[in-house]
Amino acid sequence: MIIALESAVRLAVWLLLAPLLPGVINKVKAWVAGRRGPPVLQLYFDLARLWRKSVVMSTLASPGFVAGPAIAWVALAGAAMLMPLGPAGGAISFKGDVLLLVYLLALARFCTAWAALETGSAFGGMGAAREVSFAVLSEVALITAVLALSVQTGNITLSEMLSLSVGSGAMLLAAGLFGVLLAENCRVPFDDPNTHLELTMVHEAMVLDHSGPPFAVILHGASIKLLLFAVLLSQVVLPVGKLSPLAGTATLAGAVLAVTVCVGLVESLTARMAFRRVPLILTASFLLCLFALLLALKGGA
Amino acid sequence: MGSTMNLLIGLAMGLNLLALGSGRLSAIIRATAVQGVVLGVMPLLLEYTFDWMVALVALVTVAVKGFVIPSLLRRAMRAAKIQREEEPLIGFVPSLLLGAGGTIAAIAGARMLPLLPEHAGTLLVPGSMASILTGLILLIGRVKAISQVCGYLILENGIYLFGLLLIHSTPLLVESGILLDLTVGVFVIGIIVDRIQRAFDSLDTRKLTVLRE
Repeated sequence: MIIALESAVRLAVWLLLAPLLPGVINKVKAWVAGRRGPPVLQLYFDLARLWRKSVVMSTLASPGFVAGPAIAWVALAGAAMLMPLGPAGGAISFKGDVLLLVYLLALARFCTAWAALETGSAFGGMGAAREVSFAVLSEVALITAVLALSVQTGNITLSEMLSLSVGSGAMLLAAGLFGVLLAENCRVPFDDPNTHLELTMVHEAMVLDHSGPPFAVILHGASIKLLLFAVLLSQVVLPVGKLSPLAGTATLAGAVLAVTVCVGLVESLTARMAFRRVPLILTASFLLCLFALLLALKGGA
Repeated sequence: MGSTMNLLIGLAMGLNLLALGSGRLSAIIRATAVQGVVLGVMPLLLEYTFDWMVALVALVTVAVKGFVIPSLLRRAMRAAKIQREEEPLIGFVPSLLLGAGGTIAAIAGARMLPLLPEHAGTLLVPGSMASILTGLILLIGRVKAISQVCGYLILENGIYLFGLLLIHSTPLLVESGILLDLTVGVFVIGIIVDRIQRAFDSLDTRKLTVLRE
């Protein structure tokens, strides 16, 4: 009973806090540009508005058009439940849960790409192709980072892997994972979330055909993913798990906010990369994670 | 002392990869300059007692590699009006992967070498081999003369790093001589770059491979 209640509270925290992050990023961008910007809670309003709207369905689309976003959302929420939250640990924790996390993220991506292909529009296909080809590189970096963490701690349980600070390799790993965070969440050097020029969009091009509640679910899922990566990045660098519950939660919240502000700053200060430069940046992220892995191997030996 | 030195050599290795991955000539020049400064201060860390000769050589190295040579290269870049390496023979991603593979191989290979016990724990030998490899990749894979000069400078940095192993037994005059050669070399290359630019209206060294009457 207590466990069920705790899981429900945890899920509610994830689902309710996630849309805050894009709001913070937009606020930071507005501040840097000297504008007032949209309210921090803008995504909540958008989600509520989309939820009330009706769906425009293509006659060509199969039920996968709606099922794709739904499965992706459930997969991301499940991944969020696996992610330990500082001293509180994860809701579900077992040996090898980190593999499940990686696979859930891949499943979510697959379902979004699948739903994008459903209407048969050129843009959906183009966006899906781009998303998946970037993912090939960013997943390698993510898996290398996971490998580095598990070699460092000699463990394949997520809560154990993150409870130890990585020390000298932590900075390398943090830099690599920050690149992965930007690529996975379609932030600026890789993709511009605000663009509406079809030829340059990645994530936006995939979701062009969605409307109403399915689109709300896609947007909410994307914000959960951003929060997930921010929490992962914070816990890789800071030994949050070792602190007392109150201090740990405060540190984690502060670190997630810092990561979000960093994303906003990167977004304001850099321009989007040309497509052919993207693999270079992702390879650099992979190499950073690889060197962290080597440091971990050398430290262990 | 050892850990500070390893940190600096690690930084130099990171700068190697930065030079391999960046297409802007100004970024390559900057990476080379920072690497020169990082390696220039290393003799000070290696000496247990303060020696005015070592300090002087370190100061001159930092000044020449960090400021004089980069400013010469930037001047050549401005004169030639080029900003970036457009079509390298070895692409940026492959050269980055080659450089990273070379760095890893250098670290793994240095363990097998019969080094003195005082050098076995440091990254001096792997760092020097990685820099030499990086210089080689830049020299082979890039077509713009300025990137090739940067490759040459990084290669020389690697040799310099190897020379630090012998710092207690070689006279520092040798180091200063190399430094002088390097400056004159870059000076001459700056003039050559200008001549290439005037003769061919580009800095592409592939145009130098055809012999004409």
